[in-house]
Amino acid sequence: MSENPQWASESFWKKVAVWVTAGSFLILVVLTFDTLKQTSAGGDRVPAYSVINKKIDYQFDKKLNKFMPIIDGEELLFGKEFSEEEAEQLVTLGKKTTQAKNCMNCHTLLGNGAYFAPDLTKAWLDQGWLTVGLREEQMLKFLMDPEKNARTFGTDRKMPNLDITKEEAKGIVAFLKWMSSIDTNGFPYNFTTIYAEDD
Amino acid sequence: MSANPETVKQSSSSLKDKLATFHSWAAVDDSTLNKGQKLAVKYFMGAVILFIFQIIFGLLAGIQFIAPGFLYEILDFSVNRMIHINAMILWMLYGFIGCTYWLLEDESGTEIVGLKYGVIGFWVLSAAITIVVLVYLLIQTGAGNDTTLWLINEGREYIEAPRWADIGIVAVMLIFFYNVVMTFSKGKWSGIAGVLTLDLVALAGLYVAGMFYMTNITHEQFWWWWVIHLWVEATWEVLVGVIMAWSLMTILGVSRRIVTTWLYIEVALMFGSGILGLGHHYFWIGTPEYWLTIGGFFSALEPIPLVAMVVHAVYDSGERSFKNMNHPAMAWLIAHAFGNFFGGGVWGFMHTLPQINLYTHGTQWSASHGHFAFFGAYATINIAFFYIAIQHWRGNVWMGSNSLNEWRWKWALALLNIGVVGMTIALLIAGYEQSFIERAIGGSTWGGYFAAQTHPSFMSAMHWRMLFGLVTAAGLGLLVWDLLTIGKGETRKAEMIIHSK
Ligand code: HEM
Ligand code: HEM
Ligand SMILES: [Fe+2]
Repeated sequence: MSENPQWASESFWKKVAVWVTAGSFLILVVLTFDTLKQTSAGGDRVPAYSVINKKIDYQFDKKLNKFMPIIDGEELLFGKEFSEEEAEQLVTLGKKTTQAKNCMNCHTLLGNGAYFAPDLTKAWLDQGWLTVGLREEQMLKFLMDPEKNARTFGTDRKMPNLDITKEEAKGIVAFLKWMSSIDTNGFPYNFTTIYAEDD
Repeated sequence: MSANPETVKQSSSSLKDKLATFHSWAAVDDSTLNKGQKLAVKYFMGAVILFIFQIIFGLLAGIQFIAPGFLYEILDFSVNRMIHINAMILWMLYGFIGCTYWLLEDESGTEIVGLKYGVIGFWVLSAAITIVVLVYLLIQTGAGNDTTLWLINEGREYIEAPRWADIGIVAVMLIFFYNVVMTFSKGKWSGIAGVLTLDLVALAGLYVAGMFYMTNITHEQFWWWWVIHLWVEATWEVLVGVIMAWSLMTILGVSRRIVTTWLYIEVALMFGSGILGLGHHYFWIGTPEYWLTIGGFFSALEPIPLVAMVVHAVYDSGERSFKNMNHPAMAWLIAHAFGNFFGGGVWGFMHTLPQINLYTHGTQWSASHGHFAFFGAYATINIAFFYIAIQHWRGNVWMGSNSLNEWRWKWALALLNIGVVGMTIALLIAGYEQSFIERAIGGSTWGGYFAAQTHPSFMSAMHWRMLFGLVTAAGLGLLVWDLLTIGKGETRKAEMIIHSK
């Protein structure tokens, strides 16, 4: 191996490989702790589940130069004020239902999943629900019988009937409302919410 | 059931007869394989079967973009797509396990330690997969509770397998490890063996990160990407580095010192960029802003190791004027080097910076990259290994120039690559259109989404994808036929290659 300079030798690169891997992994672990702390429910970025009692909007923030969730005032869901515990229970039911019904293999959530149906990140705020007053009722009806209440917008693509019960549908709506309050660094860009017309 | 020993013996011997008939029809000969390789060919056959399933269900899902009523409420898009991508992950894992068992005895210089457990593991895993797929097909979804997540479907893209199956998969992986680690320990360790073992530990450990339920979707997706990204852009990438190193050494005769040094360089570059490159999935899921910088920066470096791998493979082959003992395998290895670079490196790089990913995130753009990368990086190298295995299994027959029915492997290679590249381009066009019309202009509302989906350029892209999907399927058909027949009736033995020291 004498013809080999140090920088091209096996032992040199072995050491580099070990140190680079260990170093990168260590940084990842540190950042993971920080990220999990910053994103636990109830923090600045991911609101507490009881945010479902509030009015949530999503608007362009000129100072930050990105779209941001705006949480202010009361806007009860299903006409009921949820305690923190009740809210978590309902959102949990909704989240489990989205997994059990495999929503992610047609839709994207926070932009991840499949591309056969619209993104659900800000579905709660979509103008597709027509008016703020009609929204909850429309969502429940749609989830429980998507075939009859199809919103196919000219594609003929229809969501199948997934045997979602009324309780599960309420859970999903609560989950979607909570998800729409997460600070996603401005994704999606340029989204016009259901409140925009009211202004 | 109290079975009569006599009938048991009879039926098992008739099974043996059938197997023998099959072996003689396929012109394969177990006595040419070492024990690890006998186990490997089981995994390779499982992989090919799952590959066929992947393509069938991909075609079904693709048709539903064009004819949404097709199989509506019988096999919905979600079911077809789930089986499409699950079959893909599984066949590739089968292939990788097979590759490892294939090289284990040669590399360690000794017999595999726990063959019996390895065989049991194979059948347990295959039975579990059969049950999971039957449940996907027949039960599909369940109520929104833990029972569903444990028994039917976990509903998380790529790792949908219900929790009971997760536990089974981990158990089988432990058997696999035991075999790998104990066999190397009994025989000898090498650079390749060391990297392989540590990489497998990481690969299996990461799977555990995807086994927990979380209501907080930001946390859930954070860990989900640990599995998906740190598999395909770190541990799998290093695993194929190992397989490539071993293949270049055995079918080309490159020296061990050179492939080992390259392997360390690749590990350093790949883990150095890929581990923190994980951040390119943490732009928009609720995670802090520093990920925009970290994820953008490190993932932009990820193409570098992929270039290094192309240079390595092409340089070593060129230096030997591509003289090798297995032409189809060599061709697929070169396809791997380029596919990995273009599908992963170039297609990945194009949308990895947050400024562009804001618009392309979760569009057909991602699907374009996903197809090109998984095929280019991982389907190719597994196919190369199928050819390496079949050559030995048929008694180390000639697979050099002027072998019988050469057109088959050449056409299979061409059709599969043209098919996937064609689909990639069609999806890319759809992705650009969607990023522009749905995302930039339409603001990702439902209205914006459907405006993009009904756009003529989107619809024509979906038709082109279908056409190239059929080309891909034809290529797969030819590949299977070729694997069943290549080298049959060949009387010449494989050429000997000269190994450099
Ligand atoms: C061979 C290795 C690779 C494979 C198999 C692969 C596969 C994939 C797949 C399947 C997805 C879509 C995930 C989903 O379903 O949401 C994805 C996303 C992504 N990949 Fe890769 N990838 C590879 C390498 C790379 C590299 C090297 C880069 C960057 C240079 C990259 C950048 C990205 C980005 C930015 C996304 C996110 C797309 C989005 O925001 O929707 N990938 N990758
Ligand atoms: C007959 C050929 C194929 C057809 C028609 C096909 C069709 C599809 C369809 C319709 C989807 C769903 C995309 C969406 O959600 O909108 C999909 C996803 C996917 N397919 Fe295929 N596929 C084929 C072959 C392949 C091959 C050969 C591979 C890789 C080896 C592959 C890997 C993937 C991956 C990784 C995804 C998930 C992409 C993502 O989430 O970004 N497919 N395919
Ligand atoms: Fe990634």
